[in-house]
Amino acid sequence: MTTNTLTKPAPAAAGSTGPYAARIQHVSKSFGRPGAQQQVLDNISIDVTPGEFVCLLGASGCGKSTLLSLVAGLDKPSAGTIETPGGRPALMFQEHALFPWLTAGRNIELALRMRGVPRAERRGEAERLLELVRLKGAYGKRVHELSGGMRQRVAMARALAQDSQLLLMDEPFAALDAITRDVLHDELTRIWHETNLSVLFVTHNVREAVRLGERVVLLSSRPGRVAREWQVDIPQPRRIEDSAVADLSVEITEQLRGEIRRHGQH
Amino acid sequence: MASTETTTPSTTGKPDDDPTGPATAPDAEAPAGPAADSPAEAAAGATAEGDTTAAAAGTAVSTGAPATAAGESRPAAGDLAGLEAGLDALDSTVVSRQPWLRTLLSKAFPPLIAIAIVLGLWQLAYHFQLKPHYLLPSPLDVFRSLQQKWLEGTLLSFVWTSVSRGALGFLASVAIGTVLGLIVARVKPVRAAIGPILSGLQSLPSVAWVPAAIIWFGLSDATIYAVVLLGAVPSIANGLVSGVDQISPLYLRAGRTVGATGLAGVRHVLLPAALPGYLAGLKQGWAFSWRSLMAAELIVNAPDLGTGLGQLLEQGRELQDMSWVLGAILLILIVGIGIELLIFAPIERRVLRSRGLLVKS
Repeated sequence: MTTNTLTKPAPAAAGSTGPYAARIQHVSKSFGRPGAQQQVLDNISIDVTPGEFVCLLGASGCGKSTLLSLVAGLDKPSAGTIETPGGRPALMFQEHALFPWLTAGRNIELALRMRGVPRAERRGEAERLLELVRLKGAYGKRVHELSGGMRQRVAMARALAQDSQLLLMDEPFAALDAITRDVLHDELTRIWHETNLSVLFVTHNVREAVRLGERVVLLSSRPGRVAREWQVDIPQPRRIEDSAVADLSVEITEQLRGEIRRHGQH
Repeated sequence: MASTETTTPSTTGKPDDDPTGPATAPDAEAPAGPAADSPAEAAAGATAEGDTTAAAAGTAVSTGAPATAAGESRPAAGDLAGLEAGLDALDSTVVSRQPWLRTLLSKAFPPLIAIAIVLGLWQLAYHFQLKPHYLLPSPLDVFRSLQQKWLEGTLLSFVWTSVSRGALGFLASVAIGTVLGLIVARVKPVRAAIGPILSGLQSLPSVAWVPAAIIWFGLSDATIYAVVLLGAVPSIANGLVSGVDQISPLYLRAGRTVGATGLAGVRHVLLPAALPGYLAGLKQGWAFSWRSLMAAELIVNAPDLGTGLGQLLEQGRELQDMSWVLGAILLILIVGIGIELLIFAPIERRVLRSRGLLVKS
């Protein structure tokens, strides 16, 4: 089974703002040689609508990072299709992945340049993006002069510089301390509201998923399948210590633990 | 999981602390922007409706019940800016550099003392005639020998002949070694074929090439340059290969996600990322060029060739003039060290410092 083209007619309003920011349909992924293959993802279908914030949640081995690489176009699915009508998605990692030979501002400008922004406009645009992540004045700073939280905000500005409809985030705050992470949650929520971005956010932290997402998708492990979905109706701005967040987190954690337990039974 | 988050309210709960954080920060640049408006917002509290950041929080509640939630105990958006400025100020380390005079003293003083001790021991050995004076001249004799050539006006021309040969040979080696290194680093079959040979060549003393080069090119400049190239090209190419190998895959991945692929990827990601290893290779390449050059000059000695330091050394040997020989050795050493210190060391330090790789103890 190779990439199966769909017989379903394409939506009429197919443009940069189509009905989907990302459409993942029946995606499977295996690694290894034929014969000794290991299936990582099994028949995953997830739609992200424009402006939606979806959290992908799962234990280790659920293939959530693999799925994100597929959506980012860094790898190809073994089966199924992935559409991202808004162009190449922006991607943020757990590591800031900023280039240490460039200043914070120049890192952002490189993304602008690769996007084709004319030289004269790059500086101003980079300053604007830095201001958006509240790092006005950090343009000339070297990466090693910034704190962990500041680096992730510059990385966020660089991702935003790609001007993509879809932002993919692969556990971007996992390496930060709890205080900084909490602040960046607020920050991400604010930026998401200001920019109309669609976000696909991968995490193994249940509370983080509930704190941020409009929808939480739980993946089972080995191979990764969609186990269950939750619509999160708690109004923003939320706090990670809100009782509503805690209640839903308990429910999702129970389900997650059930998924993990299944692996110990064989 | 919840237990790890319990530290959060204690900091977010006291926004009054935030303005003091950035205010006490000695670095005026980074925190100044966000910090400038945060105290005002903190004072105004949630009433600062006209403010842009507060307005953002107002529109933020788009899903359900409007800002009622924000009215309870949670801080307004202005507090977030202040909180963030405080965190940034607390986390940032202020890098201060030593005054240059102190750096110079602490760096230059110990070697100078060591040199003085060596000269003193040398003088003592001369004084007590450990060897006859014609075998072991005094430091002053060596200095006089050099001074005499300086007064004859020939000393600088010897130095210049060698340095210009070395520089020309080195630049040619850089051009060849860089292209070769890039090909070996990026093309798998080429690497499998000549990678091991290239690193093996580094352990071949370049003086071994001199007889072969003389047979090919005779006693000419071509012989000298051939030996220099054969000595320097492998180490420059190897430096670039290891520089490329040491690039974190993360940078390559990040480069691809921002769209730097193909030639743009080589230019904006691969080459700058490999720069530290490449520079180390260049430095070693210079040392190999200089060494090879001296080996070649020592042997390739013809009247119609310019007289370099190696030839000067050989002439001293023919005349059995030990002061002359020691003076030439000293000059060779000084030029080699001087170019390393004046050209390569500052470039390398600058590159490493700008990337935060130069850790000061």
